[in-house]
Amino acid sequence: MSKAGRYGEFGGQYIPETLMNAVHELDEFYKKCKVDSTFNEELRELFEEYSGRPSLLYYAKKMTEDLGGAKIYLKREDLNHTGSHKINNVLGQVLIAKKMGKKRVIAETGAGQHGVATATAAALMGLECEVFMGEEDTIRQALNVFRMELLGAKVTPVKTGTRTLKDAVNAAMQDWAKSVEDTFYCLGSVMGPHPYPMIVRDLQSVIGKEVKAQMIKKEGKLPDVLVACVGGGSNAMGLFYDFIEDKEVELIGVEAAGEGVETDKHAATISKGEVGIFHGMKSYFVQSEGGSIAPVYSISAGLDYPGIGPEHAYLHDSKRARYVPATDREAVMAFEYLSRTEGIIPAIESSHAVAYAMKIAPKMSKDKIIVINLSGRGDKDVASIARYKGVEINE
Amino acid sequence: MSKLQKAFEKAKEKGRKAFIPFVTAGDPHIEDTERFVYALDKAGSDVIEIGIPFSDPIADGPVIQRANIRALDNGVTIDKVFDMVAKIRKTTDVPLVFLLYANTIYYYGIQKFFERCQETEVDGVILPDLPFEEKEEFGIYAKDCGVDIISLVAPTSKERIRDIAKEAGGFLYCVSSMGVTGTRDAIQTDLKAMFEYIDEYCKIPKALGFGIANKEQAKALKDYADGIIVGSAIVKIIEEYGKEAEEPLVRFAEEMIGELA
Repeated sequence: MSKAGRYGEFGGQYIPETLMNAVHELDEFYKKCKVDSTFNEELRELFEEYSGRPSLLYYAKKMTEDLGGAKIYLKREDLNHTGSHKINNVLGQVLIAKKMGKKRVIAETGAGQHGVATATAAALMGLECEVFMGEEDTIRQALNVFRMELLGAKVTPVKTGTRTLKDAVNAAMQDWAKSVEDTFYCLGSVMGPHPYPMIVRDLQSVIGKEVKAQMIKKEGKLPDVLVACVGGGSNAMGLFYDFIEDKEVELIGVEAAGEGVETDKHAATISKGEVGIFHGMKSYFVQSEGGSIAPVYSISAGLDYPGIGPEHAYLHDSKRARYVPATDREAVMAFEYLSRTEGIIPAIESSHAVAYAMKIAPKMSKDKIIVINLSGRGDKDVASIARYKGVEINE
Repeated sequence: MSKLQKAFEKAKEKGRKAFIPFVTAGDPHIEDTERFVYALDKAGSDVIEIGIPFSDPIADGPVIQRANIRALDNGVTIDKVFDMVAKIRKTTDVPLVFLLYANTIYYYGIQKFFERCQETEVDGVILPDLPFEEKEEFGIYAKDCGVDIISLVAPTSKERIRDIAKEAGGFLYCVSSMGVTGTRDAIQTDLKAMFEYIDEYCKIPKALGFGIANKEQAKALKDYADGIIVGSAIVKIIEEYGKEAEEPLVRFAEEMIGELA
């Protein structure tokens, strides 16, 4: 990082003046938390006693044997409380919100995983919670809407634009501009204005730290390849971060290619996007003529976002990480494959990472190791996969 | 003194505050926007703000969001807006300010954008998502081309106002309310406290905007600043009357200007 909030040329704080004092305040407060032993102890306790960390690093023996190449491990973030890696970030941010004396937290959500996690942490820590969710996603992920409401959160469907994650972020930022004095914006990915990409990455970096320790214990060496799906990029950043200096470890982010990068129905930001400025950051975005933000598409509501976190943009430009696309079809195949082979139903987001690993594993030798970040569980996706396959089920 | 600052001086000489209306370029069509600018100019507007449509105008409320969508659906591009301004410049030298989001300029090319502003005599730009900290990247080109980047201060800015005001060009855009643009029944901010800061540090004209919708509000608020900015209330008129909005726009502008004396 060359200067505060920048990863190479990416990052920054491109937000309305109304919010500038709030992000500076958060930056200052977070710096103190980061070195505060009480904060760190409370967070550790939440991780271990509430969300069930460390998560397992599971050797997928059947999958490995079936593919006949590299040894495959799954980092089981799907086993966390609330069913995905999102809880790691949220427990930290809501704890910060509480310590800052905020009364209310707001969040955007795509698939609903971040919304559910935020609603959960807000319930636990006694804060009011409102989640903004694109109307389209409230339909795709209706169960998660009810889940958030069960947890005491208010879910506000966003009816502007493409009615998906991008618009949910717009709505959350607009609410925050109005409510910033008593409200904390709990951002769900390594994106947005500084300090969010840094805070979310730090909180998610527990994933990579655990993988490193677990791998050394199990195999006595570092893995060769790390694979994670990328929308905004928080689970990937969390997995990659502790390995950035270990140059021999290959880092691969898998983007949602929807119906294919050659079509206009995809969400493959690095493959098809251009550098731009949006949602508080300079990064890669899928854009249309004139620099408007283009509508994107993926079967996965969690990857259906036209941008990517600025640190990923930097890892891409500096060639430290590689970003590749996986289509809806490939992801659904991987979803079914992992369910049948290992008895683990992965989130459709994580299935993109599984799909790419399935492509490369057979070509690698048996002494190589791939770690796939299984960022979430697939229960939430069962109905939409059934719809995709044309199976009629009574939800 | 920049042309924008002279516009405030001229209003002052007339014994009133400046009136700054806002229209979205291409709403409903770019030819209509051109006519609306002439109408607002004739009605006595001191500076006219032209919004360049963007898919995700995060600082704008529902009224201006809808105008952005209408304009984009009609295929408005920044080049078409520059062409319109070039035409307008044959008729009037009323100061013009663009309101647009950072990505629109970034995508177009920062240098090329400000050069075209200079060519077509666009006097300033307002970038609601470009705070003080990020200004330099755009500011160096703007300065070379003699275009003012208008800085904004908000009710939450507090001690930031000093640094912002010190480097502000053209006029200082004082955001009256929290949240996004849009008409409001009442302005909740403690403007007196906010302007104590502003008045201490700001040496250029001050314009108050966000939520000012009618002559009662204009009358009540005008004393804080050197001018008032009206956006959503005007865009609402255009939304209602479409192509036929000229007359109601003139009526509205004249009424508002009447209150600013």
